[in-house]
Order: sequence, then structure tokens, then C-alpha cells
Amino acid sequence: MISFNTLNLFLVDLLSFLPDKLVFTISGLIMSVAICTFLIGLGSVYTWFERRVIARFQNRSGPNRWGPFGILQPIADAVKLLIKEDIIPATADKMVFIAAPIIFLCTTLLVYAFLPLGIDSQLGNINVALLFVLGITSVNALSVFMAGWASRNKYATLGAIRAVAMLISYEVPMAISLMGIVMVSQSLSLVGIVNAQSNIPFIILQPLGAITFMIAAIAEMSRAPFDMIESESELIGGYITEYAGMKFAVFQLSEFLAPIFTASLFTVLFLGGSNPLKFLEFLPIPGILWFASKSFVITAILLWFRSTWPRLRIDQIMGFAWKVLMPAAILNTLLVGLELVFIRDNYILQIIINMLIFVVFIYLIANILGQKRLKLKEPVPSELANMDA
Amino acid sequence: MTKSLNLNTVVQNLPDTLKQEVNTENGSLYVNSKYIFEICRELKNNNKFQFNYLKSISAVDYVEFFEVVYHLDSLITNTSLVLKSKLYGRDGNSINSVISVWKGADLQEREIWDLMGIFFEGHPNMKRILLWEGFKGHPLRKDFLK
Amino acid sequence: MSLNSELVTINFGPQHPSMHGVFRLRVTLDGETIVDLEPVFGYLHRGTEKLAEERTYVQIVTLTDRLDYVASMSNNLAYVSAVEKLCNIEVPKRASYIRVIVAELQRIASHLMATGFLLNDLGAFGTPLMYCFREREKILDLFEILCGARITLSYMRPGGIFQDTPQEFWDDLELFLESMPNQIDELESLITGNEIVLSRTRDVGILTPEQVIDASLSGPMLRASSVKWDLRKANPYEIYDEIDFDVPIGATGDTFDRYLIRIKEMRESLKIITQCINLIKPGPVRNEDVPLIIRAPEGEAYVGIEGPKGELGFYLVSDGGISPYRCKIRAPSFINLTLLKEMTAGGKIGDLIVNFGSIDIVLGEVDR
Repeated sequence: MISFNTLNLFLVDLLSFLPDKLVFTISGLIMSVAICTFLIGLGSVYTWFERRVIARFQNRSGPNRWGPFGILQPIADAVKLLIKEDIIPATADKMVFIAAPIIFLCTTLLVYAFLPLGIDSQLGNINVALLFVLGITSVNALSVFMAGWASRNKYATLGAIRAVAMLISYEVPMAISLMGIVMVSQSLSLVGIVNAQSNIPFIILQPLGAITFMIAAIAEMSRAPFDMIESESELIGGYITEYAGMKFAVFQLSEFLAPIFTASLFTVLFLGGSNPLKFLEFLPIPGILWFASKSFVITAILLWFRSTWPRLRIDQIMGFAWKVLMPAAILNTLLVGLELVFIRDNYILQIIINMLIFVVFIYLIANILGQKRLKLKEPVPSELANMDA
Repeated sequence: MTKSLNLNTVVQNLPDTLKQEVNTENGSLYVNSKYIFEICRELKNNNKFQFNYLKSISAVDYVEFFEVVYHLDSLITNTSLVLKSKLYGRDGNSINSVISVWKGADLQEREIWDLMGIFFEGHPNMKRILLWEGFKGHPLRKDFLK
Repeated sequence: MSLNSELVTINFGPQHPSMHGVFRLRVTLDGETIVDLEPVFGYLHRGTEKLAEERTYVQIVTLTDRLDYVASMSNNLAYVSAVEKLCNIEVPKRASYIRVIVAELQRIASHLMATGFLLNDLGAFGTPLMYCFREREKILDLFEILCGARITLSYMRPGGIFQDTPQEFWDDLELFLESMPNQIDELESLITGNEIVLSRTRDVGILTPEQVIDASLSGPMLRASSVKWDLRKANPYEIYDEIDFDVPIGATGDTFDRYLIRIKEMRESLKIITQCINLIKPGPVRNEDVPLIIRAPEGEAYVGIEGPKGELGFYLVSDGGISPYRCKIRAPSFINLTLLKEMTAGGKIGDLIVNFGSIDIVLGEVDR
């Protein structure tokens, strides 16, 4: 079976006439460039996919002119953005203004360095990969703030301020919700986490952690219903208000890569990565295809959210992070800890308890904080008007 | 069906101090422009009228005088009344604002000042609304006849 | 340690995705909280009232199309009613029915736009908007059958309507009436129970009955604050007194009520149209005694109708000439903006956009 590692070995063989250090560097470079190119290409195709799918949600056709089903649309978009005038506002802080999109794209791509895309298919496997991923995603907040602040535009600044407040708040429940799986798998390495799920994916074992992570991740990449950083109807474009041409394209590309990345990370952490589904194990499907199809399902769900839900208000978003997600994440950690101590090997019981608590928690939250508990009042006509007089 | 109030009963029900400030002619109720605020307040607060809804304020330029027209409605009794007030002279006309009686007068009075050039005294924000500050003249006036 | 902070003034508009045209708000912010706000008007001012003084009574119909350009039929109706009152023109019964039918269709179209754009302002990324536009498109198609135009219709004339309806119109109207209740249900299933919509709109921008009456608001804004006042019932024009329908009112006067009122009014409009179809009889649709160039007798007339946005009134003054001496338009969207500051001050930026969207203004009418 072809995996990244075999490819790498093949490259090393090919370059064996060079000194060892050089071989290692060159083969690593080639692999990284290949992955980055692939991801950027995937991101462009994904823009087409997202536009087509959302168009179907909205009773439209979506882009359908360039190529079969409009699949060449991303190329047309890229060409159009490339040849646009590159505008930098006169008052902008030029260095920071230019650096922001580069940092944004780099951090998005760096995440894939340690993500196992299949069996033995990752660029590197370090034992703190999870920490690395959490760390590198929080640099996003910085680059968004750089973009907003350097633009010297009030909308952009507001967007940047919102971004910092929101991204930092959601990082906390996101990290805590992952403690459960680290405790179970006894590993911070993503490969170790995938291997720990060879029997049961963590989404079944820890549904509360999974949903907390999912919601926090949607907020981290600021998509609906948490898209208030850009919030087109309020802040026009937020931090990207002043960006045009290629810089704008880079931001857009990173943003379209974000759902792919989130889906991949969710697949690795909670869906068992490249492990096949238990009841379909007999099928001769390579791990990377399993990985791709699982990620695809998650991406589709994210699209569904995006096209149907309105946006929350800033105080509601912040309140949700601290009042709902934080307790959920802590509750999940506590549960997993207790279960590890008392019923370590009884998976069935663990699943039953966790599922039960998951359902009860969601029900309680919906009834304590939800709007449905507030009955609509019966209207009483005001005495100040009398049509029949 | 909205009924228009009989003008004579309106005049009779006004307090004595305001009675001589109104007169009826051609089927409309004309009000002395100096007393428009008092009369409007009376029309709103008096239990016999209860005109709690200001439909619209318009101004018409009859060249020799301006007429400010108030269309009032009482949502409680479903009756309506048209008040008019004449302002003589072309420049520096002003009339009391009724914004403290009905807040709905806010934007309409500004519009009349902008387009017709009638100043409303007591309006907290009396400045041009549709045209820009510095526009010369008031376009809805009949100053531009050929 | 104390942090220095200062207020920020931001211009929302005239170019802004959710200012519904070229409206401009000068907003003073303390962080995300709105401290002060001042609307700035006039970016679409075309001097309609002055133009009307230079045109004949029939020509002005085309000007009224361009006031509230998503509800031209209602504007036409308000204007021709004013002319008819000024000149004492009789309208044939059939024309009245057709006027009511098209006015109610226009109300549905306008409310669909209002609902869709409100949801767009809420950040729903266009999906409800597209659902609304799909239905509005059917209404525009119906109008196209009637008069060839879709937006600027100029369908009505003093003394009737421009021409009788083709059979095609009635067939399509029948289909529309069959499908529309389901489409409204679908729209409601997407919006009314949505947790996020509820949390964004409930108890936001509350207006009390005293406030709305004092500020002369009208239409859905008035009724959402539980003021049961509808000119179609309070002062029936055309043939509304023959028709049975309800006037829905809201309970609290918040943004959600303003949305719900529009949905309920669409259902009532469908009821009205169905009754009109059953009552309408063949006959003339235009008073043939009305000349092309009308010379109105000296005098004045004010007629207000219940437009989709509120009370749309025309105050015409005639000096006996072929064009009005003065034509004042009581524009509902314009006056409905009076309370924007009261609704919004103290809220967040998101509230501002939602409250503003729930007023449902059209700039053509605000600036005239």
C-alpha cells in the first residue's frame, strides 16, 4: 500500500548519491511542497463545491459556466483576482498589512504538518502534535488582528476586536474538550490518538466532548452562526474590508481551507481518522479514502449549518462560550476521568453513561438558556386604538 | 369609517382662551399660527378630542402666504381633523413646533424647513434633512415660476 | 489600573450591505454598544413632489412607481384614490376589485422582501432571502401579464385601471393561491422556530403602544406593538368593507413581532384575494368619462391607504389647472424611521442592523 512514508523512502533512495542531511531536507521539501500545492488546489475546488452546494440550498444554480458544472470557476476567479489592482490604503501600516494574509495562510497550511491523512501518511509524527495544532490555530487570532489593525479602517478594527475576543474565548473550551481523548488515548500525538480509536471512535465514547469541540471549531474558523468577525451585514467584511486582489484571495483561500482543516482534525480526533468503519472493514478501501470520505461528510454538515443559520450577536456568542461550552467541556473531562478510574475496561457502560449525560445536558441547556421555553404572549389590543368606533 | 369632526363643535369645545384664535372658513379650521402649539396640545389632551395621532404635516406655498396643514387622527374615536395655519411673508417665517405633543412631527417638520423654508421653533434638531447644508433656497416654494 | 477608552463614530452607509439602499447612519459606539445614532437622509432625493407640480395628473402615476419601488401598485392606488377624491371620479366596481387584488399581491411581495432582507441582516447568508424571492418572482410574473412591467407598473389610472385582465392572469393567480400557503409554511418552518432567530429578535427593539402612536408610526410597525389599527378596516377604501379578514397584532412590539406580523398579514392577504376572486363580476374597468388631461376643480384632498409599509398618503392641492398645485406624499417608511434611535440606543451593532431591517424601509420612499 502506498503511503507517505513509502513515497518518502522512494525519494530517499532516488537521492542516495547526496549527503544524508541534504537528502533528508530535499525529500522533506518535496513532500511539503506537494502537500501544500495539493491543499491549495483542494481549497480552490472546495470554493466551487461550497458555492454549488449553497446555491442548491438556495434554489439557485451556482457557478455553471466555466467547464463542466462550472468546475473551472475557481481558475477564473483566481485569474480575475490576480490581475486586479493591488490596493493598499494610504494610511495603512504597509508591512503588517502585507504580512497578515501570509501569516494567515501559513498557519492554516502548517496544521497539516502532523495530521495523519492515512496509515503512515503524515509529514511528521511528533509526540505533542495536538498541542502544536492547538497552538498554531491560535496564531489565526493574531493575523486577523494584524489585518484589522493595519487597515486603519473602523470596520476592520471592530472586526479585529471581535476576532480577538471570540477566538481566544473559544480556544479554552476547545482545548479542554480535547482533554478527554488525551486521557483515554494516553497520547498527545495525532497518530497515537488515531490508533487508540481502532475499536471505537471517540465520537461514540465521548459525544459531549465531540460536540463541544465541533462548535468551538466552527467558532474558531468564524463561520455561521459564529461569523461575526466578517459579518457581512454588520461590518461589511470585518478585517478583510480593505483587502483587494491577491491578498484578498489569500485570505479567502485560507478561509475556504479552514473547513477542510476542521473536518480533517475532527476526523482524526473523533471519527477514527483513517480507520475503517467497524462493519465495513472487509472492504478493500485504503485508509486515505476513509479519511477523505469522513472529512467530506463533516464538510457537508458544516455547509449545511452555514447555509441555513443566521448569526448570533456578540454577547450571545461570548456567553455561549463561557456559560455552555466551558461547563460541557469540563463535565466531559470529569466524566472521562471518573470512568478511567472506576470502569476502565467496560466500554459499553461508558458509552451508555456518556450518551445519557450528553442527552440530559443538551436537554437542560436547551430548557435553561433556550428561547423555546419562553411562550409567545397572547396579544392584547391596546386601548389607544379602536378601529370600529 | 373615519369621521371628520364637525368644525363648530370643535371650536365650542376649546377653552375660552383659545376660542378666538381659531376660525372656520371654507370648511377648514384655521388657527392663529402663534397658538398652534397650545391648540394642538389641547386637541391631544382634551378628552372630547383625543387626537393622539399626527398623520402628516404639509406646507403649501400660496405665494402671498404659506399654509401649514396638520392632518390629525384620533385612533381612539376614529375621527379626523384638518388644522391649518397661515403664515404671511416670504422670509423668516416661523411657527411653533409640535414635536413635544407628537414625536411624529420630528422628521416631517425638518422636511418642511428643508423644502419649504418654514422654521419650527422649539424643534431640537432643526436642520436640513433631504438636501445638503448650504443648499440655496427652498425648492418646493413657488419662487421658481417662469 | 484604568484603561483609556473613547467613543468611536462610524458611518453606516451610504454604501453598506444592510442599509437597504443608500441610507446613512452616523453611529457613535462605545465598543460594541451603541451610544448615539443619527440618520442622514437625502442620498436618493429626486424631488418627486416638485416634479409632480409640473406634470398632468395621469403622468404623475409613473412618478409614484418610483417612490416605494418594491410596492408600485400600492403607490399607484394611493395616488389615484387621491385624484379620484379630488375630482369626484366614480370607479367601476370591477376595477375596484382588481385594484384590491393587485394591491394585496403587492403587499405579499413587499412583505416577502421585508422578511427576506430581515433574515439577510440577521446573517442567514441569503437562503431565506432566496426563498422569498422565488415567491415574489411569481407575483412579478403576474404583474407582467397585467401590464407588461414587473417593477414600475403604472397600472392604475384615475377612474379605473389601465386595461382589463387577460384570462391567463386568473389561471396563474389560481395556481399562485394554491401554492402560496405552503410556501409561507415552508418559510415559517425555516425561520419562526429557529433558536438563533428567536434569540436575536425577541425582546429586541421593543416599542410600546404609546411610543408608536406618539411617533406616528404606521402599518406593521404600529400593529406589532399591539395597536389594532388598519386603514383597510378603520377607513375602508375601494371594496374592503365587503371583505372579511383579520388584523393581526403583536404582543410585545419587538423585532420578532414585526416579523411575525408580516407573515400573518401575507396569509390575510391571500384570504382577501380569494374572496375578491369569488366576488368579482365582468364589467367595465375604467370610467370612460375621465379625460386624458384632467382639470381638477379647485380644492384639496388627502387620501391615505394601508400600504405594505404603513399609511401611504397623498395630499393634493389643486388650483384648477392640469397639474396639482401641491402634491405632498406622506411616506410611511420615512416617518417609521422616527423611533430608530429609541429602538436601538444601548443595544449592540447586531441589534441596530436587525432593528433597522425590521422597519422595512425603501429608500425611494424615504428620500422621495
